[in-house]
Amino acid sequence: MLVYEKNSLSDEIEVLIEKFGKERSALLPILQIIEKRHNYISEFAQQEVARLLDIHPVEVYSVVSFYNFLHRYPQGKNIVRLCKTISCDMAGKREIEEALKRELGINFDETTRDKKWTLEYTSCLGMCDQGPAMLVNDKVYTKLDPETAVQIINDTK
Amino acid sequence: MPDTIKRAPVSQQPFKVEKPQDLNTIGGMISIEINEKKVSVPLGTTIYEACKENQIHIPTLCHHPDLCIAGVCRVCVVEVEGMRTLQASCSFPITASIKIKTTSELVRKARRNIIDLLLSEHHGECYACVKNKNCELQTLAQEYGVDKMRYGHISAPIHEVDNSSTSVIRDMNKCILCRRCVRTCIDLQEVGVLEAISRGDKTVIGTFYDKSLQDVICINCGQCINRCPTGALYSNDPSDEIWQAIDDPTKHVVIQTAPSPRAAIGEEFGQPPGKSFTPELNTALKRIGFDRVFDTNFTADLTIHEEGTELLHRLKKALVDKDESVKLPQFTSCSPGWIKFIEHFYPEYLDYLSTAKSPQQMFGAIIKTFYAQEEGIDPKDIVSVSLMPCSAKKFECNRPEMNSSGFKDVDYGLTTRELGKMIREAGINLPELPKTGFDEPFGEASGAGLIFGATGGVMEAALRTVYELVTGREVPFENLRIEVCRGFEGIKEASVKLENVLPDYSFLEGVEVKFMVAHGTANAKQVMELLKAGKLSDVHFIEIMACPGGCLGGGGQPIPTSEEIRKQRAKAIYAEEEGLPIRKSHENPHVKFIYEKFIPEGPCSELSHKLLHTHYTKRGRYII
Repeated sequence: MLVYEKNSLSDEIEVLIEKFGKERSALLPILQIIEKRHNYISEFAQQEVARLLDIHPVEVYSVVSFYNFLHRYPQGKNIVRLCKTISCDMAGKREIEEALKRELGINFDETTRDKKWTLEYTSCLGMCDQGPAMLVNDKVYTKLDPETAVQIINDTK
Repeated sequence: MPDTIKRAPVSQQPFKVEKPQDLNTIGGMISIEINEKKVSVPLGTTIYEACKENQIHIPTLCHHPDLCIAGVCRVCVVEVEGMRTLQASCSFPITASIKIKTTSELVRKARRNIIDLLLSEHHGECYACVKNKNCELQTLAQEYGVDKMRYGHISAPIHEVDNSSTSVIRDMNKCILCRRCVRTCIDLQEVGVLEAISRGDKTVIGTFYDKSLQDVICINCGQCINRCPTGALYSNDPSDEIWQAIDDPTKHVVIQTAPSPRAAIGEEFGQPPGKSFTPELNTALKRIGFDRVFDTNFTADLTIHEEGTELLHRLKKALVDKDESVKLPQFTSCSPGWIKFIEHFYPEYLDYLSTAKSPQQMFGAIIKTFYAQEEGIDPKDIVSVSLMPCSAKKFECNRPEMNSSGFKDVDYGLTTRELGKMIREAGINLPELPKTGFDEPFGEASGAGLIFGATGGVMEAALRTVYELVTGREVPFENLRIEVCRGFEGIKEASVKLENVLPDYSFLEGVEVKFMVAHGTANAKQVMELLKAGKLSDVHFIEIMACPGGCLGGGGQPIPTSEEIRKQRAKAIYAEEEGLPIRKSHENPHVKFIYEKFIPEGPCSELSHKLLHTHYTKRGRYII
């Protein structure tokens, strides 16, 4: 990471600390905002958060690695999360899987080269009666078939 | 045990009930039934504690007397009448009159199942493991009759062994996720190297970004090794290289032994803690094949000369010359774990450290210069080994700046456990051996050097010398016992007033020398925060040891450890000290001889700076 990037990141985190305070409970909201802005939480960002909250970097890393919605490595701008649970699986997850892979040209847990798309699995979205379901960024799509799935991706572009 | 878990939010802290101040108040004592026997315990006692007091053994893996409660391993489950499930006894405070069963069929089966489950993911071959015969998991498997692996057994290692560090090796294939190392590193030492990474069945104990130990901020104190119930953490063992050097007739192999291993090595041979085996150990080392056996206490005396003189110089500069740039308080520099801690976390305060090397490194330098010259041996043929209670000493002797003689000052740092292994390998039963003394020319050391092993020891030794140097009288304490320095409180603070001083030190007339003693880096951190806040401007000298209890609780000492065991070891050290003829560093005739013959300009002179002093590296807290 370049020095000026590091500096601007430090400034950004300091502003967040001012907003959320120095309690340990401020950790998650700060991480969520960094994740949202940068699509991941870099090694340096984690150390800065740790320094400013007076905890150890490994504790921040532990939290980031615990939550699926926080990422340690750079992700695409849009994240597609396909439900992998049994009812969606029975409702035809496999076809959606193939369609998404074909459309984006990547496997699951991968990011496209232009850093626009990341494909992931997720656990149950609670849409078991309307499967198969997927989450594109913050939005849930249900009763998918391969064509609508591809259509949704193209509309989001 | 830390009172509260600072790192967990209040809502996630284990349910804990404060014990009442006065047990006679109504509800202060609660009568319960353990295995149909009526007993009465104070409110808030955990089931585990209650059973322990009533001589009922409950197996534990994650529970440790030095650490906070975790309740993750579940082998301590017991049956509580009226409760749907089995309860973890280590984290169940008694608040009502309950009936407990610790040996029912349900409990026995559950424990065996839990141990089976732990073993199903534990890859290690017991006979090739450093913890063989001293492994808590192995013992439990035997106690609870694990006869077959009913949940299977992992057939190949899945994690790479991290042997990057000079001190601590991590083999996560043997880890059972008890989190003792996590609690040690974060709560007890406040270094924060290890934490649980990921979630569910993918959980591993790991470092920041899964980096190797040498790349993260590890101070090598080895406290995690002392508390690991399995062989997942162990120290980097140089005994094969040492055997090789011993077998090589062209090499002159010398060993120096520190006081703490001598007070603890008996534990490796089944002796109860609290007995020193110094003379027996000398014989054993000779029988193993070391050419000379020296006493590190000798250079501890030297350290006192150098550090004490440095302190007097600083005081003079501050009081007479009114030099603003003088850094006071002066910190001791004997503990390599503490040195690495301050280099990482408080690099801007490195000037406050004494520049004197630790006794180990001083001896290394003396052996390859003065001793080599006296005996007519080429320093390149000398292999210098040190027996230390410490895993960080392995890192210290590998520091690039530690080569005053042109060679590595100390070639290998050996821990108490590893020497125990070497002695057994040589077919020797230590407690039965005849007694011998240390070798010349460094035969005698003072008791002041001996007590370096316990927290407060360096301070006590320094006070004995500095006070007498300045006033010409002995320290005004009965039998030279400076009790304020002794004991296991986290931070100790006291002062000595200097009156009727000798003419050379008239600038110290009436000065009240204030000093502090801290052990464990969590306490060191508190001291550094006070210093940062400017609250220590009137303190002159601070002793810090990285390990709880000082060196006697070091990361290379026999396992297990607890405050009780450390107290016994301290007792052994202080008892041995009182029996010694010389008890003040400046009265050691051999030290006087060294200064007269080898460093005629005395402590803190140019030559002594070259050989006996060092410099530090600003490491900083960023992991790159």
